[in-house]
Amino acid sequence: MARTITYRDAISEALVQCMEADASIFVVGGGVDDVRGVWGTTVEARRRFGPRVFDVPNCENAMGGVVIGAAALGMRPVWVHARNDFMFLALDQLINMAAKWKYMYGHARGVPIVVRGVIGRGWGQGATHCQSIQATLAHYPGLYVGMPSTPADAKGMLVQAMRGEVPTLVLEHRALYDHPGEVPESPTPVPFGSGAILRRGQDVTIVGASLMAYEALRAAALLQEVGVSAEVIDPRSIRPLDWDLIRSSVESTGRLVVVDTSWAMCGFSAEVVARAAETCLGALKAPPVRVTPPDHPAPVSQPLEDAYHPSPRSIANACLDVMNRNERADTSVPDVQKHFMGPY
Amino acid sequence: MNGSPEIRTALLRSMMRIRVTEEMLAALYPQNQMRTPTHFSIGQEATAAGVSAALRPDDAVFSGHRCHAHYLAKGGDLQAMVSELFGKQGGCCGGRGGSVHLTDLKAGVVASSAILGETIAVAVGAAEAMSMNHQDRLAVTYFGDGAVEEGIFHESMNYATVRRLPVLFVCENNLYSVLTPLSCRQPAQVTIHERARGYGMPAQPVDGYDVCAVYAAARDAVAHIRSGRGPYLLECTTYRWREHVGPQWDYDWGYRSKSDVDAWVERCSIRTLKATLIADGVCTAEQVDQWEGELRTQVEKAVRVAQEDSFPPVETMMEGTY
Repeated sequence: MARTITYRDAISEALVQCMEADASIFVVGGGVDDVRGVWGTTVEARRRFGPRVFDVPNCENAMGGVVIGAAALGMRPVWVHARNDFMFLALDQLINMAAKWKYMYGHARGVPIVVRGVIGRGWGQGATHCQSIQATLAHYPGLYVGMPSTPADAKGMLVQAMRGEVPTLVLEHRALYDHPGEVPESPTPVPFGSGAILRRGQDVTIVGASLMAYEALRAAALLQEVGVSAEVIDPRSIRPLDWDLIRSSVESTGRLVVVDTSWAMCGFSAEVVARAAETCLGALKAPPVRVTPPDHPAPVSQPLEDAYHPSPRSIANACLDVMNRNERADTSVPDVQKHFMGPY
Repeated sequence: MNGSPEIRTALLRSMMRIRVTEEMLAALYPQNQMRTPTHFSIGQEATAAGVSAALRPDDAVFSGHRCHAHYLAKGGDLQAMVSELFGKQGGCCGGRGGSVHLTDLKAGVVASSAILGETIAVAVGAAEAMSMNHQDRLAVTYFGDGAVEEGIFHESMNYATVRRLPVLFVCENNLYSVLTPLSCRQPAQVTIHERARGYGMPAQPVDGYDVCAVYAAARDAVAHIRSGRGPYLLECTTYRWREHVGPQWDYDWGYRSKSDVDAWVERCSIRTLKATLIADGVCTAEQVDQWEGELRTQVEKAVRVAQEDSFPPVETMMEGTY
């Protein structure tokens, strides 16, 4: 049975249901056991499971080792970062240990850690609080990287991560936390490497994960007003990537626009365009276009910040460009974080 | 002298197993059949032997790049180690890890890693799992004086103390990080064990060339940890005889003199204990020679088996990534 709940409640529900079923799961991270519980996502788990949900010293580098060591001895740690930007401090453990453990040591079981990182946006988050580090993480074989865009995926991908055997990073988007959606009551896993077609269309394929899947849907609605039919593909996981789904869509529409929360250079959008060039170049009727933040750090000042992030309008305009159409998209669509009052 | 005749004999034989293995492998290195950067433990055997003698088989050991001694002293499989150095299928990592990533889960050698200080925190995490599951096991992390400069060492001590975890920090202070002496890297006013005390954990300096002293200190530390009183640090002063990585002597490189090295060779833990045990009538010189002969035979066999073993098939190269 599905009912409508928010992205944040879907995350909370995944934690509670999986912890109920598996005593080896524990949750750590800054603020997971305080009254606010990472915007409510860990409050219920803390209430029910007490010491299995605990705050830790500020030590991302060592914490990476701690969760890996615990996983090596049979536990299933879930490690939460209220901003994924802090995970740069943990990269040695994630990349040199977790990603390589099973391969390098030849152990039958790897270290199935689950790392939640929240991507920020809006109200002046600034250069170090609204990055999204999927490209950095997805570069390394041995890890899974998921970026859920809907409440159902937020729950299902976290469930899969907690039941799987692979060190898995789930990047949640703060701007999606209040979004409602239909979510199965039961803990139904969403497999990694399986994308979703969020909207069918004939003229252009828009690929975007996380908040950009949502923005792509809003862009598709704008495009419909000018008679353009966009297909929206949410890859859901960046690694592994459901390339077959993207390729078949590109082969059917002949046009590709890739939208990302992070930069174009060596980014997820670069990977998608490269694969299109390798596998379905002949199907493309126009050069692919990438819609990403401009190639500089994120500014704080509101007009600059508003211009910085990809928007439904910029995505729609990119699609119109690919279609060789002269119209411009409607400017009245509100910013996704318009009502966000901060601080985080 | 600490320890019963049986313990002291076991300590001698444990150190000899490491020394004989390492010296025989070092001698074979120039043949270029072992193609993996190797940090020999020759000269540092007493720390591994003394600490391991105070542990139980189900205790978990973590090490760094210079991991051969820790692996062997904890009971790591000799054949699997030698085959790993030869890059063969029978290696402890199936030829995917090499010298700096030794592991033997059956022996409680969970992981070794070449990134400085990395496994200190992993050991703390293992201790966290033991603590959560109310086990009376403990985790040991071996690291060098170089790793002490890494932030992760301090983060790990802080975490382990706050969480009162069953972890034994063993610093093998061999006075150099590659070629750089301790004096260039750390404040002389505060020793490593004093820094650990600053985090509120008991910490003791130990003569890392006196294996019985290491054993006694480790036994005290283990008793403290197993009684639920949290982490403990031992700073064992020791000395590496050969070059940082590789089988050669390096006293002609200019960063340390031959007389420096000779002074430590003169204090050799193995020779000292052997002489004492013979003088005390615990064993005879002939027995020691016989043990050494047996060890040599074991290593020769391990090398032969490794040489005859197959390389992993290239088609299997991707296996284990996920």
